[in-house]
Amino acid sequence: MEKREANKSVVIGTIGSDCHMIGAWVLQKAFKDAGFTVAFLGAVVPQQEFINAAIEIDADAILVSSMYGMGLLDCEGLRDKCIEAGLKDIILYVGGTVAAPLELERNWPEIERRFREMGFNRAFPNTCTAGEAVQALKNDLGID
Amino acid sequence: MNTYLLVDFGSTYTKITAVDIEKERILGRAQAPTTIDTDITIGLNNALSDLVAACGVDVENVQGKYASSSAAGGLKMAAIGLVPALTLEAARRACLGAGAKVVCAYGFEIDEGIVHEIESAKCDIVLLCGGTDGGDKKVIIHNAGQLAGSRIRCPILVAGNRVVTGRVREILEQGGKKVYTTKNVLPNLETVEVEPAQNLIREIFISHITKAKGLDKAQAFIGAPIMPTPKATLQAAALLADGAGNEPGIGSLVVVEVGGATTNIHSVADSSPATPQTVIRGLPELRIRRTVEGDLGIRYNAPTIYDLIGADAFLSRLRAFVPSINGQECDAGQHIKYLSRNVRHVPSSEIGLNVDIVLAESAVSTAVQRHCGTLRQEFSVVGEIMVQHGKNLLSAENLVGTGGIFTYGLHPERILRSALFSPETPWSLKPKAPKAYIDRDYMLYGVGLLAEAFPVQALRIARKYLTPVSL
Repeated sequence: MEKREANKSVVIGTIGSDCHMIGAWVLQKAFKDAGFTVAFLGAVVPQQEFINAAIEIDADAILVSSMYGMGLLDCEGLRDKCIEAGLKDIILYVGGTVAAPLELERNWPEIERRFREMGFNRAFPNTCTAGEAVQALKNDLGID
Repeated sequence: MNTYLLVDFGSTYTKITAVDIEKERILGRAQAPTTIDTDITIGLNNALSDLVAACGVDVENVQGKYASSSAAGGLKMAAIGLVPALTLEAARRACLGAGAKVVCAYGFEIDEGIVHEIESAKCDIVLLCGGTDGGDKKVIIHNAGQLAGSRIRCPILVAGNRVVTGRVREILEQGGKKVYTTKNVLPNLETVEVEPAQNLIREIFISHITKAKGLDKAQAFIGAPIMPTPKATLQAAALLADGAGNEPGIGSLVVVEVGGATTNIHSVADSSPATPQTVIRGLPELRIRRTVEGDLGIRYNAPTIYDLIGADAFLSRLRAFVPSINGQECDAGQHIKYLSRNVRHVPSSEIGLNVDIVLAESAVSTAVQRHCGTLRQEFSVVGEIMVQHGKNLLSAENLVGTGGIFTYGLHPERILRSALFSPETPWSLKPKAPKAYIDRDYMLYGVGLLAEAFPVQALRIARKYLTPVSL
């Protein structure tokens, strides 16, 4: 199968019942500044809306923000739904306070493993900067 | 007299129930071994003569006849989807709710090996799904290509991504397949829509399969289309729960049906979160749900159940009911083998009757557990929260037992008790305190057969003849 050509477009939003918008907002600004097309969905975004937006803008990646500690629960099944929706190879990132803060400190490798098991390409703890996220995606897409 | 005959061509027995629709009364019932291998009407006529002898019904002058069938293996289907938890699950639900047995199920791309498996499974219908509407196209097109090149001769029903349904039909027809198409079983990621596929499955069953299975002579006698037996029971369950017209139903319910080869569980209930703090995952549950356990039956599959329990545990459970076998040599394994070879065996001895109960208890307990949803614990910033997968039946209001063992067996309430919630498996969302009923007259399938033409009378007959038991 031929590799899909990157068109520098991403979907960004905060998943689940989480209304923290600032992290995702900073992220979308960084991606726009780096020349990406961004569908910014804001906060309290269901899985289905991430997928709908990704189909519409033909996104390279879905970047999920989660700040209230329930990221693992909210992200479960997202990869499966992407497959049904025809987005089998889309890149999935998750970042923020993606699990309970204590867990995040003590058990990061385990949390990262669980996200990977769920089909996420990368998971970032809340110490990651927006610039680092942009660079990581550029590396994964094979662009500068 | 307004007499109707309700016939079920079972895998083992052909059963007939005569009812008087006007008086809402069961006139009598009879059964004879099913003769699908030679001529289905031989067994039917035997059962009819027994019926005449039993209750003097004038079979020449009945108002009408309805029939269901699970003879010749019942309705066997293969389900193909994309993601196992999404379109494949929706495809399985479509098959099961139409009264079919899912003999094989595959997600993602199928290959030659899987095609061989489907060929040798001798299905009656292949259900091909995959992709939401506008979603993935590649996998269903790939799978259609594989099926097109196969030796599969049964009809193929396509209920996948609408965008490529035409293309998929073309590919299959080029391979010389008989193709039906209908709406997607999963049009979007939040909607399971199985009715269009189920209606078409029923049409295909009537137009193709009745004949292919040697049921056409039976069809000629009956005059009305024959439906798969599990579909009849499912219709009865829905009618009994929800009522008809001004006649109220008895509320949410679970029906356990213990057979010789399989155990069927039907539930009619809205699924809700187990607690207000529970988070629900997975496809939305349907109000009417059927599952069938092909490995749990108290005759053909008695050895499977025996192995599942373990020889020692089996013997100790049996001893709990028949203390007299204490100290005696009892070769349970031998008896189990005998049952699997003599599938028409109806026990009369105390030990034989109790062996059946122990088998049925395990079959019901496992089958209900597989039917019901589960709860698991997760930790978050706000403390622990519960995550629910599948259907919550904790507050199901009624529990009904049907099948041969509930007509001849001892202590049917003990079998039903094994369907209940247990503190030992608190994560399994089984019914906690339902009212319980036994189908002593084995008439539930008949209620389902009458449900379309005479819903109110059928419902009243069901309510009249179900025997309440205390658990």
